[in-house]
Amino acid sequence: MTSILLAIVLGLSFGVVLDRVGAANPTILGKMLNLTNLNLAKAILLAIGTGSVLMFAGQMLGLVEVGHMSVKTAYIGVFLGGLLLGVGWAVAGFCPGTGVVAAAAGRKDAMFFVAGGLLGAAAYMMTYPSMKAFGLLDKIAGGKVTLGTIPGAKYEGLTALPGDILGIVLGLGFIAVAFALPERLVSNRVRVQPAQ
Amino acid sequence: MPLNWKLGGVLLGLVFFAAVLLVKPIGVSTQFVILDGIVADAVSPALVTQTEDGFTSTNAYLAKSGGKYAKSVANPLNYGFVFVLAMALGGFLSTRLRGGLDAAERSIPALWRANFGDSVAKRYGVSFLAGFIALFGARLAGGCTSGHMMSGMMQTSLSGYIFTLGAFATAVPISLMLFKKEA
Repeated sequence: MTSILLAIVLGLSFGVVLDRVGAANPTILGKMLNLTNLNLAKAILLAIGTGSVLMFAGQMLGLVEVGHMSVKTAYIGVFLGGLLLGVGWAVAGFCPGTGVVAAAAGRKDAMFFVAGGLLGAAAYMMTYPSMKAFGLLDKIAGGKVTLGTIPGAKYEGLTALPGDILGIVLGLGFIAVAFALPERLVSNRVRVQPAQ
Repeated sequence: MPLNWKLGGVLLGLVFFAAVLLVKPIGVSTQFVILDGIVADAVSPALVTQTEDGFTSTNAYLAKSGGKYAKSVANPLNYGFVFVLAMALGGFLSTRLRGGLDAAERSIPALWRANFGDSVAKRYGVSFLAGFIALFGARLAGGCTSGHMMSGMMQTSLSGYIFTLGAFATAVPISLMLFKKEA
């Protein structure tokens, strides 16, 4: 029961924040991906950095259970799947999470995105055995690995570097990039000029 | 108006941290499979069955990893599924509280309209197709923007970096090609 309560509180917070940072608005997302407004990218980088620093510092202080980590397996399909997700993300302006948030917010195109997503997930359920047979799911570089070796974690490290300290350093790096990134990288877009 | 990126980023980071502090890292795309499974199991109840020590399925994907997906299909009131339902509710409430979306924006977002016009059929059709590709990809990858990109890189997971590299490798060039006019 506690876990359901936590699911409700954390899920609600996540939905609210995704909406408030603009991640569920395809225009804001599109402006990030076509590099004309990087504010959302800055928010995402800052979020990853903040989460990382807090989690690893919490682990070092014994306040955060290392066992709560959940590292996913690395395999070729992760990259291929990433390529595919990127296509859908760029074209529609939604990813799986923000698509659901946007549909709930009343965006009808997002409802079509979610419907297509349910069909796409079903298609994967049907074709999973052949993906596996093709070797797309064979693990690479040890599979469930982190960049450094995290004390007390059940995951192997890609390097012997202390994983918690590395996590804090990388987290600070993400935060630094968030601040260093300009608001805009591309400027030569066609703009519909209002009459003078 | 969205929050400024500093406040928004810190809040988003706090949510990701709270999730891993209290339960486990955030992820969403698995729940598309769980909902598919719930629907399919309602239509043909033989899909998911109980075994001595858990659940299994006639579908190899639902049965993998000791039937953990089959178990979630059999018990929809589980953490991951309720999390996504609550996330949808959060998005709904947040949008209401800031006054909702106008009718034009509800059917076609401004940037799309500026580049591809007012055809809702085109926008809906493309969104459907994009959803298909994105979720097929997310399942092949074993996670999406939240599970791989954000939770993954936050944990210094190699797979999170590999996924992110793939996602931006297609997303940025496609977006640069498609959305040349500004909204």
